[in-house]
Amino acid sequence: MYSMTIHEAKNKLAAKEITSVQLVESVLSRIDAVENHTKAYLTLDREGALAAARQADKNGGSGPLHGIPLAVKDVFCTRNMPTTCGSKILEGFVSPYDATVIEKLTDSGAILIGKVAMDEFAMGSTSENCAFQVPENPWKAGYVTGGSSGGSAAAVAADECFASLGSDTGGSIRQPASLCGIVGLKPTYGRVSRYGLVAFASSLDQVGPLTKDVRDCALMMNVIAGHDPRDSTSIKQNVPDFTTSLTDGLQGIRVGIPGEYFAEGLDPEVEKAVQNGINMLRDAGAEIVDVSLPHTEYCVAVYYLIAPAEASSNLARFDGVRFGYRDMSADSLIDMYRQSRSHGFGDEVKRRILIGTYALSAGYYDAYYKKASQVRTLIKNDFASTFSQCDLIVSPVTPTPAWKIGEKADDPLALYLSDILTISSNLAGIPGLSVPCGFSGEGLPIGMQMQAAHFNETTLLKAAWNLEQRTGLTTKKPVLP
Amino acid sequence: MKISKEKIERVARLARLDLSGDEVEKMTRQLDTILQYMAKLDELDTTGIEVSTHTLNVVNAFRDDEVRESLPREKALAAGPLQNGEAFIVPKVIK
Repeated sequence: MYSMTIHEAKNKLAAKEITSVQLVESVLSRIDAVENHTKAYLTLDREGALAAARQADKNGGSGPLHGIPLAVKDVFCTRNMPTTCGSKILEGFVSPYDATVIEKLTDSGAILIGKVAMDEFAMGSTSENCAFQVPENPWKAGYVTGGSSGGSAAAVAADECFASLGSDTGGSIRQPASLCGIVGLKPTYGRVSRYGLVAFASSLDQVGPLTKDVRDCALMMNVIAGHDPRDSTSIKQNVPDFTTSLTDGLQGIRVGIPGEYFAEGLDPEVEKAVQNGINMLRDAGAEIVDVSLPHTEYCVAVYYLIAPAEASSNLARFDGVRFGYRDMSADSLIDMYRQSRSHGFGDEVKRRILIGTYALSAGYYDAYYKKASQVRTLIKNDFASTFSQCDLIVSPVTPTPAWKIGEKADDPLALYLSDILTISSNLAGIPGLSVPCGFSGEGLPIGMQMQAAHFNETTLLKAAWNLEQRTGLTTKKPVLP
Repeated sequence: MKISKEKIERVARLARLDLSGDEVEKMTRQLDTILQYMAKLDELDTTGIEVSTHTLNVVNAFRDDEVRESLPREKALAAGPLQNGEAFIVPKVIK
């Protein structure tokens, strides 16, 4: 039962062929069987999940996710479970309120079974920066899941939940989805409320689903999208029924292929899988055109100045006063701040706080932060002019498939550079999606990235659904002992 | 060198972080490599280019000025590492 998609489980629940309690029990037994391999869950609320499922079966309900067990990245505030953000500084923290997206999921009938692993404060590309455990790729033991929503991707790929929510600041939904062979969508900036999402970089962060197939992604978007008065950056924009875009044929859709995304350093197996996918989009009726995003080579430098600058400011709130860890031995206020933060934060978080503080400090602001913000304008302009020539931009998600845990852990710049293909969507605020398009010789999944203009998630879902129909890859599952 | 040990120590003080001697060494080396890479941006002439701080052209998001319930004090204090039911307690600020 655990291997079904949400839409399959929904149909069986509606037909009363199965119950929500059976679904939750099936998922819990799956977790018991594979969790020692995936190490995805930081918190698992067995009793709460079963109680909610019994309630759902008893009361019935017509919510779009009625009775479906989900797990969310540990970056969303939840009243009934701890929220650690993968950090020692928030170990044991329980939020006094639920994030808006958590409310929306539970209001739609979903059952929250647990919280899953992530890079500390969502900073990382492998989930190795999680302070508690490092999740592993279900497709190959000892390989990274990607990050920062690595626990979400591993749990969905290994059928330890029906879907998950993640956050994406520079690829943190799309990259792990790609490395774990599932579907991940970063919606347009402002499409989904961030109230109750622990902030990393506020001009870049966005919430989105990680799912087993494209239809489930559309179903999740129907639930989470929309303006929220509690998030002043969420946008008053009509929310379509995202499932209506899942129709056969891509006639009239122009797919742009940016040469800059197929540059040196791209793994030949990744290039081949993406090229096959492009041919399938053509077979489905799309017109393929060459486009150019000339400032692509500057994206990593821009992102790794802007994101740490915003993070250094956002993370100032972790000072040992109102929540989280405090070093009780300090006898002055300043020492208390310094000792609490120094013991509570991990290396990558400290590194980014230092980069950000430096980039914003007197004498360096113009050379780094201001310069990066100007180049960000050039990157945005690249996309604006490209979307006058095409409806979609198609590329790989990552330059390589998943790599071994520990392989790049001591080389921060090498990891930053691996984000080159995903960070531009965040800098431009546009939606981006990852959908499986092939496998490497070693059996590791490869994803295709699709980007569209602001608020055109429907075009992404339509194209991804058409690709999925032709590859049939979302039904392929990892073999776990 | 783009950044010195002394500068890292100063930035750490600004960010309220204590770094050990080894950490200062490591962070200086790593940030130097990273900042060398960032110098790539100097290739571009950005004279007269506007800065982007947001991705969508949204100006002011106002809501109605209505009295609403807020978080009760007891709940707001509950996660504090040290509190007395009325306020968060911190070490003495003025000696």
